[in-house]
Amino acid sequence: MYNFDFVKPATVDEAVKALGDEDAQALGGGQTLIPTLKQRLASPSKLVSLTGISDMQGVTKDGDSVVIGGGTTHRVVAEDAADAYPGLAGLAGRIGDPAVRNRGTIGGSLANNDPSACYPAAALGSGATIVTNTREIAADDYFQGMFTTALEEGEIITQVRFPIPKVSHYSKIAQPASRFPLVAVFVAQYAGGVRVAVTGASNNGVFRWSEAEAALSQNFAADALEGLTLPADDMIGDLHGTAAYRAHLVGVMTRRAVTAAS
Amino acid sequence: MTQVSMTVNGKQASGDVEGRTLLVQFLRDAQGLTGSHVGCDTSQCGACVVHVDGQAVKACTMLALEAEGAEVSTIEGQANADGSLNVIQQAFQDHHGLQCGFCTPGMVMSAAALLKDNPKPTETEVRDYLEGNICRCTGYHNIVKAILAASGQDVSAIAAE
Repeated sequence: MYNFDFVKPATVDEAVKALGDEDAQALGGGQTLIPTLKQRLASPSKLVSLTGISDMQGVTKDGDSVVIGGGTTHRVVAEDAADAYPGLAGLAGRIGDPAVRNRGTIGGSLANNDPSACYPAAALGSGATIVTNTREIAADDYFQGMFTTALEEGEIITQVRFPIPKVSHYSKIAQPASRFPLVAVFVAQYAGGVRVAVTGASNNGVFRWSEAEAALSQNFAADALEGLTLPADDMIGDLHGTAAYRAHLVGVMTRRAVTAAS
Repeated sequence: MTQVSMTVNGKQASGDVEGRTLLVQFLRDAQGLTGSHVGCDTSQCGACVVHVDGQAVKACTMLALEAEGAEVSTIEGQANADGSLNVIQQAFQDHHGLQCGFCTPGMVMSAAALLKDNPKPTETEVRDYLEGNICRCTGYHNIVKAILAASGQDVSAIAAE
């Protein structure tokens, strides 16, 4: 990896200022960015660690929502969101492996928007709000394709606000080498309807399966999905699974998530 | 170069590092603590697992400067004060929980982190927890057995499998 300067500011304002430098890059837990730097796929002049900002840490319940600081690790979400939003905590507790969960952060995962990451499914499947240092972005507007988001240069995810559903579940088939989802589906039932978000499957990154949402909003049962299939055209096909296999798995994971939702 | 300073196995450790210096490089190259192994360098294998402020992390996927001021524990700090093996290390020896030994430092550090959070794990919980520790001798059976034995549980049932 090429060398860089490293700073660890204590406030969001200081971090924003540091990110104003040319080729400066925010660093969450580094569980994706550090491997990326090692491969020389990125060469920032300066890394701005966000893990020293106390305002961006922790899980709080705020009315009908759970609010998570952007610098909160997966482990903390898995433990501290378990009562308020068990579906979300269950997802966080199955990301990567224990050592990765001790470092990786929700803000880092959402800012990167890997097409196979877990958190984008929870954010989109919950209709979450991504709060940054300058504005609030609805999840439906935030995810804009593989590794692409609505974030501007130097914008920092300070919080993520998740409306708490009646029931939810995240079902995933892990790709055994990387531990990322081969395909995973987050299902959440709200008073206003059901949301179904799919990760790992599409070349366009996380997406909502609207036909399944409509069917499940009528009847929240795995049977309601009978006969529903997704076209394989936009699905990822690689040595781990063909596009048709992934399209099939979306149906399987959705049914499992509905059955397991609690 | 920037000065970094942390506590490693209870002793003060400091040195000049670059921004890109990994924690595992600082431990191995600057501190001479070569027990933490670099197996894959891609955060897959877990041979470099150490504890930072009590939590298991992959030292190849953390910058040395990120550990500024932290309490770091490595495999070199695991033995009892009199130099004898601690209960986890002894269980690895008793149950043949290592073959080539390359993954062992990471296995022992992950096991220690698991048992701190969950003193009596089930076999499934042990196997789940070791998801990020790879043994290419495929010696998982005895590793799991050693960890269950270290937790004080009877391992005769799994020995018979």
